[in-house]
Amino acid sequence: MGDDRIVSEVREHIVEIISDAGEGAQTAGQLFGTVSARMGNGVWTVEIIPAEIEPPYRSRAGASGNRIRIATEAVSNMGEAADVVIAFNEQVPYSRIDVGALKPGTILFLESMWAESPYEQIRKAYAEAIADFRQRGYEVVEVPMNDECLKVVEDPKRGKNIWILGLLCALYERDLDIVEMLIERKLGRKGNAIVDANKKLLRAGFDWATQNAAWRFRVAIMPSSERRVVMNGNEALALGIMAAGIEVCSMYPITPATSVSHYLAARFDQVGGIVHQAEDEISAIGFAIGASYAGRTAVTVTSGPGLALKTEFIGLATMAEIPLVIIDVQRGGPSTGLPTRVEQGDLLAALFGQPGDTPVIALAPTTIEECFHFVITARKLAESFRTPVILLSDASLATAQQPFPRPSVHEEWLAPPVDPSPWQQDVPPYAWDPETGLSQRPIPGQRGGEYVVTGLAHDEDSHVAYESKANQHGLKMRRRKLAALAGSLKPPVIHGDSTGDVLVVGWGSTRGAIEEAVDRLRARGRKVSCLTLRFLSPMEPGLKEIFQGFGKVLTIEICYSDPPDEGEGRTYAQLAWLLRAQTLVDVDCWSCVPGVPLPPQVIEAAICERLREPGWAPAIDLENVPCTV
Amino acid sequence: MYGLKQDWEVEQDPRCMVLEDYESLTPRWCPGCGDYAVLGALQRLARDLQLPPEKVVIVSGIGCSSRFPHYMKTYGFHGLHGRPLPIASGILSRRPDLHVFVVTGDGDCCAIGTAHWIHAIRYNMDLTVLLFDNNIYGLTKMQSSPTTPLGNPSNTHPEGAPIAPINPLEVTLGIGNASFVAQTLDWNPPHLYATIKAAHEHRGLSFVSILQRCPHFMGDRWNELQEDASRVVLLEHEDGIPVEDGVRRMFPTTRTHDPTDLGDGRHLATGEEGIPMGLLYHNTACRRYDEITAIGLGTSTDEKLAGLEAELDRFAL
Repeated sequence: MGDDRIVSEVREHIVEIISDAGEGAQTAGQLFGTVSARMGNGVWTVEIIPAEIEPPYRSRAGASGNRIRIATEAVSNMGEAADVVIAFNEQVPYSRIDVGALKPGTILFLESMWAESPYEQIRKAYAEAIADFRQRGYEVVEVPMNDECLKVVEDPKRGKNIWILGLLCALYERDLDIVEMLIERKLGRKGNAIVDANKKLLRAGFDWATQNAAWRFRVAIMPSSERRVVMNGNEALALGIMAAGIEVCSMYPITPATSVSHYLAARFDQVGGIVHQAEDEISAIGFAIGASYAGRTAVTVTSGPGLALKTEFIGLATMAEIPLVIIDVQRGGPSTGLPTRVEQGDLLAALFGQPGDTPVIALAPTTIEECFHFVITARKLAESFRTPVILLSDASLATAQQPFPRPSVHEEWLAPPVDPSPWQQDVPPYAWDPETGLSQRPIPGQRGGEYVVTGLAHDEDSHVAYESKANQHGLKMRRRKLAALAGSLKPPVIHGDSTGDVLVVGWGSTRGAIEEAVDRLRARGRKVSCLTLRFLSPMEPGLKEIFQGFGKVLTIEICYSDPPDEGEGRTYAQLAWLLRAQTLVDVDCWSCVPGVPLPPQVIEAAICERLREPGWAPAIDLENVPCTV
Repeated sequence: MYGLKQDWEVEQDPRCMVLEDYESLTPRWCPGCGDYAVLGALQRLARDLQLPPEKVVIVSGIGCSSRFPHYMKTYGFHGLHGRPLPIASGILSRRPDLHVFVVTGDGDCCAIGTAHWIHAIRYNMDLTVLLFDNNIYGLTKMQSSPTTPLGNPSNTHPEGAPIAPINPLEVTLGIGNASFVAQTLDWNPPHLYATIKAAHEHRGLSFVSILQRCPHFMGDRWNELQEDASRVVLLEHEDGIPVEDGVRRMFPTTRTHDPTDLGDGRHLATGEEGIPMGLLYHNTACRRYDEITAIGLGTSTDEKLAGLEAELDRFAL
């Protein structure tokens, strides 16, 4: 085969490695993404995670692995159907077929050991699946992964992933020296014997593919001298926490947020910080508030159900004006919902979940890079405005990896929150500026600043308010702070022209896919633009004016909404609710809750459907959205 | 403090605190409320120990007694119902220089805040926790609390509390890592003072149950104890709460109890011998979580910057 290679120059390619849980597909996928990023490709990798730790073997529902989208240019989302799939057994592809991750023409490298299984049932299932895959138009390549690995190591189950990585490196002409360096970095602490064995597996997989695989894919690279880093969203949040001068992370385990604190538990000591695992979500935020009140910058990290439990404390922090960063890595809801899956359903809960009038600042990163930088912004806002700041990430950003320019760390990020010198005695603890509502806070240890924090309505001295005017005044001052912040924000940048038929509005992790969909439509001559909001509370200004440049404003979100024919009782998607209330513009929405990121193709179809162009027929059944991860 | 030196010169510390330096707003508790006694005891203790007011933080929950911080001219945190312990733990976690007191009631601690109570005992941070146990919800107007005696009528149980109460001493002594558990009475100021003082001196979480009168809603709750003081078992030991002669004269039933004897402490907590008054358990060897949370406090900015660069290197392409 080696002689008649088909070399394709491609702008981008999507690879999936899927296995039963525990076979190392995720490690292989991450390494492949990293080597590609390092060589200069744009990369987006995303984990394929089963809901259980170790689901039954050879299960159709338990795929574990990684999707890697590589391109010549930067990649902002996980794309659509895969070009190349590597599967460790013949059952696991079915869970991917169910979600539309394969298409006719997908090259499927399949472990062939099952054809020789001692169990007839397995041999039969394997044969049937192969026939079915070919029927579906996949290019099936049977690969004796197990046998080939056995030539190098005794237990192929613990090494197949690296052999596969070698195969991919041959297919995509990756630099093996870089991969070997990455293997050393990843496995170095396990000892030289392990590292050497894995290097051999890598070379063996590479050699096998060189001899036996017909395809070569060239994804042109754009070399750059820029220093870059690659990590996933939760790692970026964790590093952001470290860089923001935060020294206490108080949390309770909850998927998909917990890996932020896993990272910190291992590495926070580098900057002198601590992770406190509390007895529950309520205690976690209470502890963080205590630390912050005492002048130590703190964060609490959670997901939807935890955010619900924290609402009373968020109200207290708002009322008592205690700075705090709250990170919500959103998952599907309500209740336990979809614990490992993506949704943007916490938006209104974050803004309005607290009883009473509780203005909170809320912002949402849209890329991995923003996950890092927004923590620093959030800390600064929390302290400048003396109030809680909610950072809304989601399960999609949490595990997606993307390279970005290496941040240059600033010393000012680490500055302590307050000047600890004695408090000027005649200044009350809430010396509200009448215009902005801003005030400075004394912290324990500051002589002359002694005051009592209270969640009760209070006056400037923090004395319990027994007269009605005081309550009105306090509420006004706390609300003024958001107005002051809003006054300092810039209008959002429009992606595309500032006038047209449709303006798509999104927030958070959907940005990349929305922009890609809009770019495709624009390439076809459609007058479509989009914008992504990063500040949700207060909102970025100028929206009404921007909206007036378009025939239609449409939000694309991952939450539940009714179709437009529902009439007056229609449930709008959450951002659409907000925008309608904020601007009085008849904002439409398209949203769905498949538990996975929306691929550009689906967004494209949704926009077209709402454009209702004559003669247009949707290529996709939008009632039953195929989503690939 | 004032003092005469050997050459008769008067020595005066420029920062001499008097009681007034710890007194703030006029308390708004009912006449005869036991809370006044505890407030007075804590103010006196702060004065006697010359605790700098800016270094003292009183953290409370919600309830009558939780108004306490408003009446101390120190830092205070009047937070949420049931949650003073997480807040206090957070405050202390990175501020070992502060004296943190927690004021909580039987509803606050033993009902809505139970999880935090259990775990705070386990964490054993250097907090002085004062449980104001009046056996009733006062602020919300006479509902049964978890310590309301069986059969005691309330607005939520007009026919009487249907279930036997929780015993805060037994619960606390049942938690591994409990390090200081004492009980005292609001109507005996010397013992109250001595107990809070010993609690404050203890390095670790000191849990002080204070039997407290609520004349408004539980007027006769402690009458029997007040009229027949022999029902109280006064605990004595050289390592226990120091007992003045005056106190000893008031409580005819005394008993020697070694506070390191957990088994005997647990037995006394049941109340089978009478209501215990004194130090039931003391263990200075328990692991303290505040020593763990303080790790890294001295990290310099340069070290942090170097640490951050090292972290970014791990992700470098």
